Amino acid sequence: MLVKAFAPYRPEYLVTMTAFRQSVEAMIPALRRYARALARDADIADDLVQDTLVRALRSERLFLGGDVRSWLYTILTNLNKNRRRSLARRPQFMPLLDNNPDASGTEAEGRDIARALSTLVEEQRSVLLLVMLEGLSYREVADIQGVPIGTVMSRLARARAHVKASLEGERTALRRVK
Amino acid sequence: MTNPHIPVTEDELHAYVDNELPAERRGDVEAWLATHPDDAARVRSWRTMAEALHVRYDGIVDEAVPRRLEIERLVRQPRKWFYAAIAATLAAFIVGGGVGWMARGASAAAPSAIQNFTLHALEAHRLYVVEVRHPVEVPGSERAHLQAWLTKRCGWLVRAPELTGAGLKLVGGRLLPGSGGPASFMMYESTSGERFTIYTAKSEAEATQMRFSSEGKESALFWADRGVAYVVVSSIGDRGRLTQIAQSVYDQMEKPGG
Repeated sequence: MLVKAFAPYRPEYLVTMTAFRQSVEAMIPALRRYARALARDADIADDLVQDTLVRALRSERLFLGGDVRSWLYTILTNLNKNRRRSLARRPQFMPLLDNNPDASGTEAEGRDIARALSTLVEEQRSVLLLVMLEGLSYREVADIQGVPIGTVMSRLARARAHVKASLEGERTALRRVK
Repeated sequence: MTNPHIPVTEDELHAYVDNELPAERRGDVEAWLATHPDDAARVRSWRTMAEALHVRYDGIVDEAVPRRLEIERLVRQPRKWFYAAIAATLAAFIVGGGVGWMARGASAAAPSAIQNFTLHALEAHRLYVVEVRHPVEVPGSERAHLQAWLTKRCGWLVRAPELTGAGLKLVGGRLLPGSGGPASFMMYESTSGERFTIYTAKSEAEATQMRFSSEGKESALFWADRGVAYVVVSSIGDRGRLTQIAQSVYDQMEKPGG
């Protein structure tokens, strides 16, 4: 019984960790990657992931099988959409220079993929990242965004064209409309 | 059967790169690309783009998951991680030499909701703590009325916590316009005249860790719990005291009966 005496203390939450929670947990690194690319700011990104996890865990009993991965991406995508909608309702207080590509953007920054992403509209950025970075299928992305596959494909095509142009330096033509 | 002479569409080029194309058409697309350099260049640029995305963001997958995102933490009672978060936040603040998240946030594309709440709370604090005759709309002597009124107008349970244990007396409260609706504002005062304010507003985040911020003379502790954002602000530099008061506020919000 010596072994038992020295067995590490296992808190109850570890013992009762369900398969559902394990599959949610396994997704955290990928969710963080997606959120970071989507939101740029690391703190905001992790806030999004945390809210996603809280929501998912709270709805554990409502989850009736299916693909946990797609479901988590759906929650995160929607939370980000809500966050951006509430930002849009407010007047912007950020310094003018900060958002001005001419003033702050060096050539290197202009070619930066993150900067190119930030010039995309929300649903295009989301499609591009889900397909190209997270490796989801068109069908999965269509379900996540609640649109037909044809819409996913046209968003992806526009996003790719826009990012390509942005990376190639057509910045004047693509300057964000504010 | 597919026909190699049918022109390849742009949709097919995308589907080809994304492995969404039916296997029997892949050969046709490859043959097409061999004779259409413009399309071949586009396909290459999309692959380069995908590589750039992975180079830029895959590192995050290998990062240690921040403690606040650990599942065990999120499924446990919130209070335990809450206190841990206070400690972590204060430690990070001290280690960071006072470069708070506000300074970093300023370079982000847009202010986060947290920044907005905290800025509103700081503005309200500065505006009203200097008031001698009219700091509040409803005086602390009408605590029950104040709570009922603010609860009714805000739409969440607004309570004026009892902070006499920390040497603070309720001065009173007022209703404020927040970023997405009403906000409640309550002021407390010690016998030596130091004033603390508690700001609450509706939060999009269900729950967040506690964050510390300071701007000029004021310092603030922010958190969200059950969909309500709380910001406790003081004008004194004593973080320990601010934390003690914030904990007391948090504990009382946890007990709806008390």
